[in-house]
Amino acid sequence: MADQNVETRDTPLAAEGMTIGEEEVIKIVDMHKWYGQFHVLKNINLTVNKGERIVICGPSGSGKSTLIRCINRLEEHQRGQIVVNGNELTGDLKHIELIRREVGMVFQHFNLFPHLTVMENLALAPIWVKKMPRRDAEEAAMTYLKRVKIPEQAKKYPGQLSGGQQQRVAIARSLCMNPKIMLFDEPTSALDPEMIKEVLDVMVELAKTGMTMLCVTHEMGFAKTVANRVIFMDEGEIIEENEPEEFFNNPQHDRTKLFLSQILAH
Amino acid sequence: MADAAQNHQAGEYPDLPPPKTEVGVWGWMYHNLFSSPLNNFLTFFGIFLVWIIFPPVIDWLFINADFVGETRADCSREGACWVYIGVWFKQLMYGRYPDEELWRINSMYIIGALGLIWLIWPNLKYKVGVGVFMLFIFPFACYFMFSGGTFGLDRIETPLWGGLFLTLVIAVVGIVASLPIGIVLALGRQSKNMPVIKAICVGFIELWRGVPLITVLFMASVMFPLFMPEGMNFDKLIRALVGVMLFSAAYMAEVVRGGLQAIPKGQYEAADSLGLSYWKSMALIVLPQALKIVIPGIVNTFIGLFKDTTLVLIIGLFDFLGMAQAVATNPDWLGFAVEGYVFVAFGFWIFCFGMSRYSQYLEDKLHTGHKR
Repeated sequence: MADQNVETRDTPLAAEGMTIGEEEVIKIVDMHKWYGQFHVLKNINLTVNKGERIVICGPSGSGKSTLIRCINRLEEHQRGQIVVNGNELTGDLKHIELIRREVGMVFQHFNLFPHLTVMENLALAPIWVKKMPRRDAEEAAMTYLKRVKIPEQAKKYPGQLSGGQQQRVAIARSLCMNPKIMLFDEPTSALDPEMIKEVLDVMVELAKTGMTMLCVTHEMGFAKTVANRVIFMDEGEIIEENEPEEFFNNPQHDRTKLFLSQILAH
Repeated sequence: MADAAQNHQAGEYPDLPPPKTEVGVWGWMYHNLFSSPLNNFLTFFGIFLVWIIFPPVIDWLFINADFVGETRADCSREGACWVYIGVWFKQLMYGRYPDEELWRINSMYIIGALGLIWLIWPNLKYKVGVGVFMLFIFPFACYFMFSGGTFGLDRIETPLWGGLFLTLVIAVVGIVASLPIGIVLALGRQSKNMPVIKAICVGFIELWRGVPLITVLFMASVMFPLFMPEGMNFDKLIRALVGVMLFSAAYMAEVVRGGLQAIPKGQYEAADSLGLSYWKSMALIVLPQALKIVIPGIVNTFIGLFKDTTLVLIIGLFDFLGMAQAVATNPDWLGFAVEGYVFVAFGFWIFCFGMSRYSQYLEDKLHTGHKR
């Protein structure tokens, strides 16, 4: 259902004036990660330019979530290099906090703060991390709430909102930090079908503003219209990487073909 | 009503009032008191118990009790003799604190009560200011007022302190100090990448939790001075206070840890991904939620601590209960211990019940429409 909604858009996004810059915002070189004995990520190489919209897909357990969680150091990598906005991710805490200010993240289960109102959720980080005056932070929060189309919910608690509304609040919360990069970790997987569209719409709008986005998702319709690159992962490796058109119509690798046949079967 | 179904289109069926047996007094009684034969029996049994227990107790407490008089001769001995409590009231409340200096305690009681009410009362302004005053200024003011020796006040040694006053001093210091120390210990124990801090916290908690409070108090009063250099001596009350404080902090740490474990990993990750530092994410995101979850456990520990203060009797401090015991041995008033104990029990109950109610109120107030 959501697929159709997004697919029926007439103009591909590239036609709406979205340009991809020359500037490299993320550079991952020969990166490996282990969970104990288990080799989760193997030899990852990925470069992302400013304004790119990258969709990462693959079977569950393929390491796609782990990969984007490495980019803001929610997971630690053991070998190789990750450079975000020219800063290399190392164990240095101050450095990590600096990078996290520039990288927004949206989670599968929203992870809103249930003890704070929507407005407090949004204004918290700008006030405490960026030392923004409360009034300015709340003003900015309100503009982002309008952008995700729920300004009227500002005074409510997350527990009183629907899943789709919560996820839109979560997106707005990340945007309040004015990030240069947005990471999405299966943002629609925990939603009821009729709520997926409202979240995808917000993400499409965000893509139009030229935001650099990395998105782990199973929404292939979103991948086709918004992404400029699709990455397929399996068993911790990047198997295939291509433009969406080529990726869906002419997959190269057998595992990609199998995966696509399975998720597009119905 | 049956035909209502036919008169409405699908999707437009109106809300009907519930049947009579579901609402009102009769509905409640039917469901809660007489829903089954067993329930019928329990209801009548309960009424029977009330009938045999309450009349004699009320007779003893009020109807046959003596309220006025000044000596033992004024007690008829048919019911409770509250004259006894009246005669020894000052001792039970303040111990041997000198009469002419009682205003020092009472004035701090009044300031403390006002501050507490200010903090508890909903929607009052300047709560932060009052809180800072109560936490950082009031305790020192109390110290100077109670023990004196400066500002022209007579020095009053702690052995003269006693009764409910001493109980409150020990309990309040223990309560106020144990929560922050407990939180720090719990965070230390949760720490993943600082094994030394973790080991220290685990060691501390397990040590203090593993010994009885009486042992701690004995150690504080008997053993501790032996390790001190010659001439260096701490007040016995202060040693007991520190013992009680650390003891209850260890318990508090485990209660708080329970709350920390109930917070989903996603909350930590969301806080991290927004760039909040460790202390900010703890103070703003994790602890407010964790402490809210464990309010019943925290108050449980507070109540336990409040009652455990009676153990200081063992090291020769005369708290509320200790004082009741002491005056019961007065040769002029032998045989009235029961009245003393009932009075003390009632005093303890008032404070503990108050804490319990407040915790319930807090839980309701802090509920934000999410249940995990």
